[in-house]
Amino acid sequence: MDNTKHKNFPDHPLDSERREFLKIGLKITGVLAGGSVLSLISNIDQAYSLDIFRDKYPYKPHYAMVLRQDRCIDCEKCMKACVSTNKVPDYGWRTKILKRELLAALDQKWEFIPILCNQCNNPPCVRTCPTTATYKDKTNGIVQMNNKKCIGCKSCIMACPYDARYYNEEKGAIDKCDFCFDARLSKGITTPACVEACPSDVRIFGDLSDPASRVFQLVHQLQKPVWVLREQVGAKPNIFYMKG
Amino acid sequence: MSDIVQESFVSNIKPAFQRVFSGGPIYLSFVALLSILLLVGIGSGIHALFIAGSRHAYATSREVPVAILISTYIFFVVASTGLCLVSSLGHVFGVKDFMPLAKRCVYLSIITILSGFLVIGLEIENPFRMALYNVISPNFSSNIWWMGTLYGFAVVFLTIEFIFLFNEAHHHKAVIAGFLGVITEVAANSNLGGVFAMMNGRPFWYGPYFPVYFILSALITGCAFIMFFFCLSHKAVNKKVFDDSTANALQSVSKLTLLLLAIMMIFTIWKFLTTSVGSPGAVSALNVLTDGPYSFNFWTIEILVGMVIPFVLILASRGKNLTVMFIAAALMILSLFFTRMDMVVVGQLVPQYFELGVVEYSKLNTYSPSVHEILVVLGGISFCVLAFLLGEKVFSGFEDSPHTEIMKEKITEVAEAEELT
Repeated sequence: MDNTKHKNFPDHPLDSERREFLKIGLKITGVLAGGSVLSLISNIDQAYSLDIFRDKYPYKPHYAMVLRQDRCIDCEKCMKACVSTNKVPDYGWRTKILKRELLAALDQKWEFIPILCNQCNNPPCVRTCPTTATYKDKTNGIVQMNNKKCIGCKSCIMACPYDARYYNEEKGAIDKCDFCFDARLSKGITTPACVEACPSDVRIFGDLSDPASRVFQLVHQLQKPVWVLREQVGAKPNIFYMKG
Repeated sequence: MSDIVQESFVSNIKPAFQRVFSGGPIYLSFVALLSILLLVGIGSGIHALFIAGSRHAYATSREVPVAILISTYIFFVVASTGLCLVSSLGHVFGVKDFMPLAKRCVYLSIITILSGFLVIGLEIENPFRMALYNVISPNFSSNIWWMGTLYGFAVVFLTIEFIFLFNEAHHHKAVIAGFLGVITEVAANSNLGGVFAMMNGRPFWYGPYFPVYFILSALITGCAFIMFFFCLSHKAVNKKVFDDSTANALQSVSKLTLLLLAIMMIFTIWKFLTTSVGSPGAVSALNVLTDGPYSFNFWTIEILVGMVIPFVLILASRGKNLTVMFIAAALMILSLFFTRMDMVVVGQLVPQYFELGVVEYSKLNTYSPSVHEILVVLGGISFCVLAFLLGEKVFSGFEDSPHTEIMKEKITEVAEAEELT
């Protein structure tokens, strides 16, 4: 009996098999691309390893940001917009741009990596806060602050893997990026100030649970690697990085 | 309960004051000096938090948000747990060799935890919010919440135990309060280790090591404090010769210290061997300790002064030479203070994005304490020593109480029973 003619073994490979084959190829591509760079598929596996996160996102809207880091020119307009929108004092920051020197590169010798709060799905800062002063918003997943409950123990600063927090003495509480929820999103504006200010469209913001959104499409496209920072910590961040 | 308080304390206030003031010029000079340092420390903390702002007065930063004040708090509360645990071996769990330690140990356990609270109260930015929101908005997944709450309960249990220890009729209640004190102290202590162990973004701390290490380290700290303060009381404050049972208890504590130091050496070796093959962040932190800016602290103060020399000294003292034991205990306490600071600070010196290879996070963070911080630390230490000095006089050297008599009777009974068998 020719088993391949059985209905469970069609002449052509199943879609799932084809996807598995593509996954392997993309994983290899991702690894070869260097260091911690992961392919799209491996990224989704690693960042959202549970099925509940792979097929559907836990918040609605599930706010996320994709940073196309090779487009960043270090103009710092995002930082300035953040400071003016959120009244960030000169001793603090909610977002900044890191510089990495590429000694072996033939052309571009520097690359710029914007960073901000990763609005983690498994946020170490929220777990460690003794008074629930910092919490994960149950609707949109943004890690927010309730300033009046903050005792200033600074354990959340210690716990944050992304250096996204500082003590704001004017507020008497920890301050951090909230995707401009207080200053803009809660007032009906659809993007954070840094996204609007960026002249080279580095920062793409939107609802990761919405297939029509740009963030969904960029994270789910197969051609270019997508990765997260410090993925091994296991905080399940919602800030994704890619090039191109 | 109120009767006991009245009987034990209120009616004895006047003679207690008389004992303090008859302590002699050297004793009173120390009391005065420590009182001044305590007030300066409190003033420094209040100035830092409410006038100058901690950003200006303390040397902590976004990169190193907690440092010497938290490590001093840890130093004191871990000592409290250790004192409570070691004394409970006799008082609560019936190991006869440790029975005579109870009252002074419980007292020391209370004052060390209060010293810790004093220091952290001057470190937390909003201590008044803490008192309110720890109660009405608790986060049960937070180790810090559990640690703070359990230490709070521990103070209450230990205080109740201490009061009951003064009254023969309430011996069993003292044991129950002591048992509850031990449970809460150990749970709080382990949660304190958990604060660091659960930080998955800090590879030097992350893992199951610290909650276990903290209990072992508490026992060692407790032994060191017992030897230090018992010898200090004997040599300098009360100048009384220990009775045989107390001398035997100290000998048992010295033997226990040797065992615990040996275990700690093995712990330390394995912590460093496993970390040396860990993630780059953990290895970098390890290098800071073994071959970097903290290598003197580690090799000289932590290992040599804190483990090797005390081990040799205690072994040589055979648990009988109180001067040698006192020196060994003093070295251990000094070392443990720096050990706590090294653990807290070094865990934060490797920047969060160190492995990303970016300019901004390419160098190790730095920290050295400010004058305000040092004054607050001195204030906390002064409170502890001052409370010890006052306690020695107020409670008459913790001797000849009905409870001590019961303990002695128990020891005699146990010894007689052993002889019969």
